[in-house]
Amino acid sequence: MTETAVTDAAAATAPLVVLSGVNKHFGALHVLQDVDLSIRQGEVVVLIGPSGSGKSTLCRTINRLETIDSGTITIDGRPLPEEGRELARLRAEVGMVFQSFNLFAHKTVLENVVLAQVKVRGIARAQAEATARELLERVGVGAQADKYPAQLSGGQQQRVAIARALAMRPKVMLFDEPTSALDPEMVTEVLEVMRQLAAEGMTMVVVTHEMGFARSAADRVLFMADGRIVEENTPDAFFTAPRTDRAKDFLSKILSH
Amino acid sequence: MGILFEGDNFALFRDGFLQTIELSAVSALLALLLGTVLAAFRVSPVPALRVFGTVWVNTFRNTPLTLLFFAVVFGLPRLDVHFDNFTLAVIALSAYTGSFVCEVLRAGINTVPFGQAEAARSLGMSFGQTLLHVVLPQAARTVLPPMSSIFIALPRNSAIAGAFSVAELYSVQATLSDKGYDILAIFFWVALAYLLVSFTVGGVFRFLESRLAVVR
Repeated sequence: MTETAVTDAAAATAPLVVLSGVNKHFGALHVLQDVDLSIRQGEVVVLIGPSGSGKSTLCRTINRLETIDSGTITIDGRPLPEEGRELARLRAEVGMVFQSFNLFAHKTVLENVVLAQVKVRGIARAQAEATARELLERVGVGAQADKYPAQLSGGQQQRVAIARALAMRPKVMLFDEPTSALDPEMVTEVLEVMRQLAAEGMTMVVVTHEMGFARSAADRVLFMADGRIVEENTPDAFFTAPRTDRAKDFLSKILSH
Repeated sequence: MGILFEGDNFALFRDGFLQTIELSAVSALLALLLGTVLAAFRVSPVPALRVFGTVWVNTFRNTPLTLLFFAVVFGLPRLDVHFDNFTLAVIALSAYTGSFVCEVLRAGINTVPFGQAEAARSLGMSFGQTLLHVVLPQAARTVLPPMSSIFIALPRNSAIAGAFSVAELYSVQATLSDKGYDILAIFFWVALAYLLVSFTVGGVFRFLESRLAVVR
């Protein structure tokens, strides 16, 4: 009894995702420079910053879609393995939502959510379909289950993509500019799903330009510039009183219009 | 033109025609399998497999088919590998055609947006699963037109087997010529038979194209 209490307490405090001393180059460009970051279970971390600052790259290193040159990344205490079976297993636990949705174009919406459950998790087809329908219902696209991705609006496609990632029951969800490719009127419906997910306690890393979302849903805002995390704070503190000049400059540019 | 119906010419012609179809069908199936494996090798993350695929394609695509038949029919027995002539012809034809299939498939794979494979990997799918369930099904749809060219060429290429003791359609021509029939009449019927095969293959591919069209 005491033992479980101790491990529970440890799990609650031990960070879920830890990056330490992470460096990455694209040729001569040093895109990530000595990045240290640790994310707690249930925390919603929003990454903002000017384009080219390395925030998307940082997000993509967490499931090793981008490799790193030096440093370590651990998820739930385990370091990211090399490309192969081990890494595939770990990726299944890290959900990812892309800017361009990347739904499988040759499969129906339902099949998109079913495929990896069956092929990766080995879940029986009937059960995978039930899970898929339930998740599609939850993100508000239950009626579109039998359509193909191209028949859906961008906002609907992105919500399907979120359902597809959730179907793997991930420990953490990565969102790489999930609303940047959407028409303005569809941004809200996607952010609403994300906000709901955050409220349910999902651990999330979100790269976004949606400052409203950062303000209302984030536990912590990280401001990146030139491959470094320049500033991190609670959203309230960051948006009302940024400490660095880079952040002040960035905020003045995006909040002035 | 009535030569086809003289004596047992029709039986000879029919057997040759069926042999051509059998040779082409078996070779097509093997070439498709081989080409798919080679294409998977050529896009694989393992350097040794990529090298193997590249060397195979460059060797067999650049060798004249007749020379390849010589190499297989006379070379393999020297290495103490013995097959009947039909099997040797299948080996030569599928090794050759497989290299073309590989390159067409690879072109198709490159048309599938990179994000599709990335999404599959991010869900925990392996390289093989990503290729099999996400990339190849989408690539297959775009490669149908060039693929139909390859499989229309295959039965016509199979005529070379006639020169290597396979009693297929083209060798019927030699037999009938020896019997002293008018060469133009013989060629008319042989050409008609090849045309029938080509049209059928082309028709099958057009049907597949209309059925498998994918919207993006």
